[in-house]
Amino acid sequence: MKVLVPVKRVIDYNVKVRVKADQSGVELANVKMSMNPFDEISVEEAIRLKEAGTATEIVVVTVGPQQAQETLRTALAMGADRGIHVKTDAEVEPLAVAKILKAVAGEESPELIIVGKQAIDDDSNQTGQMLSALLGWPQGTFASKVEKDGDKLNVTREIDGGLQTIKLNLPAVVTSDLRLNEPRYASLPNIMKAKKKPIDAKTPEDYSVDLTPRLQVQKVTEPAERQAGIKVETAAELVAKLKEAGVIG
Amino acid sequence: MTSLVIAEHDNAELNDATAKAVTAAVALGGDVNILVAGEGCAAVGEAAAKIAGVAKVLVADDAQYGKQMAEPVAALIVSLAGDYDAIVYPATTNGKNITPRVAALLDVMQLSEVTAVVSADTFERPIYAGNAIQTVKSSDAKKIMTVRTTAFAAAGDGGSATVEAISAAENPGISEYVSEELTKSDRPELASAKIIISGGRGMQSGDNFPMLEKIADKLGAGVGASRAAVDAGFVPNDYQIGQTGKVVAPELYIAVGISGAIQHLAGMKDSKVIVAINKDEEAPIFQVADFGLVADLFNAVPELEEELGKIGL
Ligand SMILES: Cc1cc2nc3c(=O)[nH]c(=O)nc-3n(C[C@H](O)[C@H](O)[C@H](O)COP(=O)(O)OP(=O)(O)OC[C@H]3O[C@@H](n4cnc5c(N)ncnc54)[C@H](O)[C@@H]3O)c2cc1C
Ligand SMILES: Nc1ncnc2c1ncn2[C@@H]1O[C@H](COP(=O)(O)O)[C@@H](O)[C@H]1O
Repeated sequence: MKVLVPVKRVIDYNVKVRVKADQSGVELANVKMSMNPFDEISVEEAIRLKEAGTATEIVVVTVGPQQAQETLRTALAMGADRGIHVKTDAEVEPLAVAKILKAVAGEESPELIIVGKQAIDDDSNQTGQMLSALLGWPQGTFASKVEKDGDKLNVTREIDGGLQTIKLNLPAVVTSDLRLNEPRYASLPNIMKAKKKPIDAKTPEDYSVDLTPRLQVQKVTEPAERQAGIKVETAAELVAKLKEAGVIG
Repeated sequence: MTSLVIAEHDNAELNDATAKAVTAAVALGGDVNILVAGEGCAAVGEAAAKIAGVAKVLVADDAQYGKQMAEPVAALIVSLAGDYDAIVYPATTNGKNITPRVAALLDVMQLSEVTAVVSADTFERPIYAGNAIQTVKSSDAKKIMTVRTTAFAAAGDGGSATVEAISAAENPGISEYVSEELTKSDRPELASAKIIISGGRGMQSGDNFPMLEKIADKLGAGVGASRAAVDAGFVPNDYQIGQTGKVVAPELYIAVGISGAIQHLAGMKDSKVIVAINKDEEAPIFQVADFGLVADLFNAVPELEEELGKIGL
């Protein structure tokens, strides 16, 4: 089966994000950018499905600026086969991303789309579910295990109380959670090889998707700062302080 | 203006997250209704009717809703949506799974994890693991949102809403429930626990978690963990607190052998009192801790247990 994996370029998870003084957003200049960590997990899962003989081709797709091509190259270096770059400098909301991905799916006819559970910049956790709704496909969100079972897909999901396993008709959308796998690093030869893998250049207009935001950002502010407290020397002192604070006993 | 709050429940009991979502819905203004979709869930409907501020409870009792599968539940909500200006779901894993599906079917951009209702169309929500707070105004006719339950107090009881049975919507029939493996525990669940003690990679093994459980039992606390502790298999996935796990804000949070990565802080930094036990005095967790104990946890935790015993706990 063909697997489609959407990947997003985001601020690296190790960067301490700073809010701009004019409250228009966060500081993006000279900040390290990387593939959204959940998308690395999705790419890895697709590669494992291919290595197991279940997947035949892995197509990665990104919606974003010129530099988002680097993110596609990273996925290609990990082992994806080809890329689609839907180029735009606009901030694209999850609903519009889902609409673009729906159109891409219409052209590519994948049997499985593995989306990240959450982009660590907007923390929306919606694109995969929206895409699945727009396609009329079933969804297996927050997946920690994915297994093809005949013409169906078994997905084990991380839920509030533990784990749940569901069975989906194919084609389907899965969103990857942290325990699905541990992504590999691309080897140097594979990074070299990835430079020759094809990337299709597209624009949102090619898919006739209206990118007009539905949510207008009025401001972005810093959260209330928490003051560091005091150090205690012993467990006895700690218990005394907690009693004093009225949180125990 | 009428809002529909989707109830979080397990068919037997109404989850407290629902009353918190009601508070957010009340803040939008206008009437509040609750939808209970489940199987054999009459008692949940009765409980929902007692939440103050709720006018009507709709109960869709049908086998297809027993496990909160996204496709049928979303179809049901969409079939009701015409009567509502807002749809509010607590940001539980069910809320996160189902709400975006509803939003897309209605061509609405969802507001995720709302932490404050500024006005009927303007909301605050955290981004970048809570390192920034975004204020957004929605231009969609309907507002569809998940709400972060730690940001809203539970609506009280004393309500007497009417309860109306409604019929099921058509099941898309493209997915099927297979099985569940739920973590069994007599301790309070993390979302509602007043005290939480969490362990990280410093715990070294799942075999050492009983050290924390003993303290939890003395304090009536829930037990949580960092991602590293879950990834290493010390404890099940539903223990994970953080940006991509559970968000909690208890009266007291005790972090043991946890370094304090921003992804972990995102899930607990709104706790009232934070305690950190860590042998590295440079660990970032101390920057948010009210009380820090620089010590080897394998000495400090048993000592803490003993000291709690001395005050009769
Ligand atoms: C996409 C993404 C999402 C993530 N989501 C989450 C999330 O939701 N929640 C989360 O927690 N993390 C999350 N993380 C992971 C996060 O970045 C950190 O890796 C993780 O929180 C570290 O866990 P830890 O503090 O237990 O381990 P470490 O950072 O390894 O810290 C262990 C600590 O234990 C201390 N220690 C060791 N031995 C002892 C001892 N004997 N006595 C006392 N102290 C001791 C050490 O000094 C150290 O400070 C996420 C990461 C990514 C990339
Ligand atoms: N601009 C984008 N390009 C490609 N994929 C995206 C984009 N935005 C979101 N996604 C996918 O949707 C997932 C969830 O994002 P979000 O709903 O924004 O939290 C990400 O992990 C990606 O897989």
